[in-house]
Amino acid sequence: MAADTAKVDPMHQFAIEPLFGSDWTIAGYNIAFTNSALWMLIAGICLWIFMIGGMKRAVVPGRWQMAVETMTGFIDDLLEANMGKEGRKYVPYVFTLFMFILFANLLGLIPLPLAMAGLHAFTFTSHFTVTGVLAIMTFAIVLTVGFWKHGLHFFSLFVPHGTPTLMIPLIFVIELISFLFRPFSLGLRLFVAMMSGHVLLEVLSSFVIDAANAGPAYGVLIGGPSFILMIAICALELLVAGIQAYVFALLTSLYINDAEHLH
Amino acid sequence: MPQIAQMSETFASQLFWLLLVFGILFFVIGKGMVPKVMDTVGLRDKQIADDLAAAQAARDAADAEEEAWRARENANRASAQALVGEAKAKAQASTEARLAEVQAGIDARMAQAEARIATARDAAAGEIEAVAADAAKDIVSRFAGVNVDQNAALGAVKKAMAHG
Repeated sequence: MAADTAKVDPMHQFAIEPLFGSDWTIAGYNIAFTNSALWMLIAGICLWIFMIGGMKRAVVPGRWQMAVETMTGFIDDLLEANMGKEGRKYVPYVFTLFMFILFANLLGLIPLPLAMAGLHAFTFTSHFTVTGVLAIMTFAIVLTVGFWKHGLHFFSLFVPHGTPTLMIPLIFVIELISFLFRPFSLGLRLFVAMMSGHVLLEVLSSFVIDAANAGPAYGVLIGGPSFILMIAICALELLVAGIQAYVFALLTSLYINDAEHLH
Repeated sequence: MPQIAQMSETFASQLFWLLLVFGILFFVIGKGMVPKVMDTVGLRDKQIADDLAAAQAARDAADAEEEAWRARENANRASAQALVGEAKAKAQASTEARLAEVQAGIDARMAQAEARIATARDAAAGEIEAVAADAAKDIVSRFAGVNVDQNAALGAVKKAMAHG
């Protein structure tokens, strides 16, 4: 029976299903509580529980408090290194962004035993509607800070120092376009990295299942190596989950730095 | 690809829930908890820095104390040495004075003794002269039958003794 229904659709894991409230609307738009929203909530609650460990405020920290302080210190150092003293005031935003993406990426990788219970982990960072909104938030902050601090002088960001006068119009257009592409590259990078990893895992797992269904010899010859590769790629995906969250936070801090200091 | 296929029907829901969750996280965690955690870290760093500064100050104070003690010790040693030198000089001076005094006593007794010896010798020489004069007078009266008076005999003896 399993051999007949072993058609694995690697894209099915990204399907959004309304859990309840499918008739909720705001201004005519449907805002049903979906599996995506559920995992956002789970990621948020996990992050909140993680942060509670840092609320003991002991002078000599325990392991959990140390972990929380390491994370805040990590983001603080990142902003300090890229932006200097002004970076301090962006710590709340970048920290929330980084930790939210990190928890979303890591929670999305949970395979068992949730899947056995029929509850499939959903990686909402593999949806560009989500990563796009996060990227646009960052971009909105960059624009707000830039125009707030520098007014129209902000446009000098698009003319690097030492540009020959003749080249200014051309350079300006090129720099403007590259600037406008930032939210897309920011959002798409995370979305593509997360989606590709999950598709790869799904495809490899389908190899294991199909090979095992085709017979014991196939199962050992094809399923075995596929399974080993899958485990290795799971480890790689854990790394990617951290790196992509870090890259998002790093680029956010670099872009805000541009707005803060121009060049 | 559900991301594209479902985009129009789920976008509003995704946007709403993302903004809601992220907004709550930003205010509760980003604005509420992160500053407290960073305050704790800052407080700890400050306390460590203060403790280190206090330790440094204590060490500096100890060094200064030791320096002062050393200076005091050196001064004490110098004064003690001066005291010893003074005592030594005083002792030497008194020894020398006593020696000189004793020497003077010895010299005086020696001079007295020499003077006594000299008078004894003179007395002995006088007696010898008188004896020699008597003998000479006796010899002359016996051989020549001439009576020489005492004074001439004494003069002749003195002359002979002076010629040795």
